[in-house]
Amino acid sequence: MPIVLHRVDERLLHGQVVLGWGAELEPDRYLIVDDAVADAPWEQELYEVGLPDGVSAEFHSLDAARALYPEWSRAPSRSVLLTRLPSTMRALGAGGLLRGVPVNVGGIHHAGAREMVLPYVFLGPREREDLRALAEAGAVVTARDVPSARAISLERLLYG
Amino acid sequence: MSDAPLVRGVVVGHGGLAEGLVDAARQITGVDGEAISALSNRGLGPEDLRRRIEDALGSGPALVFVDLRMGSCGMAARRIARERPDTAVLFGVNLPQLLDFVTHRDLPLGEIVERALERGRSAICRDEEPDGAHADRSAPGR
Repeated sequence: MPIVLHRVDERLLHGQVVLGWGAELEPDRYLIVDDAVADAPWEQELYEVGLPDGVSAEFHSLDAARALYPEWSRAPSRSVLLTRLPSTMRALGAGGLLRGVPVNVGGIHHAGAREMVLPYVFLGPREREDLRALAEAGAVVTARDVPSARAISLERLLYG
Repeated sequence: MSDAPLVRGVVVGHGGLAEGLVDAARQITGVDGEAISALSNRGLGPEDLRRRIEDALGSGPALVFVDLRMGSCGMAARRIARERPDTAVLFGVNLPQLLDFVTHRDLPLGEIVERALERGRSAICRDEEPDGAHADRSAPGR
């Protein structure tokens, strides 16, 4: 399984991902799909701090990620793919690119009109629509912050 | 003591770590919230965390103590320090380091940073007898 985790997390590459999920999945690389970070070398340096030896991070725009995704999914290396926003994952999965793929919602925090659904997931109308569309395009969306936690279904996220 | 403003400390960490460290530092030294405050990243997105750290720092010189260099706390602190020349960031915070900080806030920020680095590192040690004691005990003829 070349891409061992698809995750939406506002913090992108952080302790929960590298230490929690990283210990469980032992990825070789992190694929960060985010237009802003892909264009900001200084930000990339921040994210690369603390990566385990032998583990790399790559930063790609959404357009580049859509073009590279078939290659990533065939690659022998074990990758974790991260987006900051549900809208980015939705756009990545448009046209069925993520059909049948589990997508983990790991951290969407309070801002603006978002309301708490789980302690680590706050959703507003925009995020709800993005997650619904992502699932309609074939992705299997659940929420789970760390591997030891129970996965929460999209239905429960959207409808309680 | 100089007339320069006292350096303010903000401890930022995961879970309840920062609150625990600051509570311990206050209990031991009796310093108040003006000297040092605590922030957790629990439940906060990157922007909220950054805003709260900035609020806690105030306008004068400040030192941000962070638990992990990697992750949202370290990221937020480094982003702030990049835009605030009178703000420094240290990673791997520990209690001996904080105790030294709260009793030397009148020093220049650069000097405080060097002290905090030295105190923080030297506080991590193993429980053993001084080198001399070991040498004596293993000496031939004893």
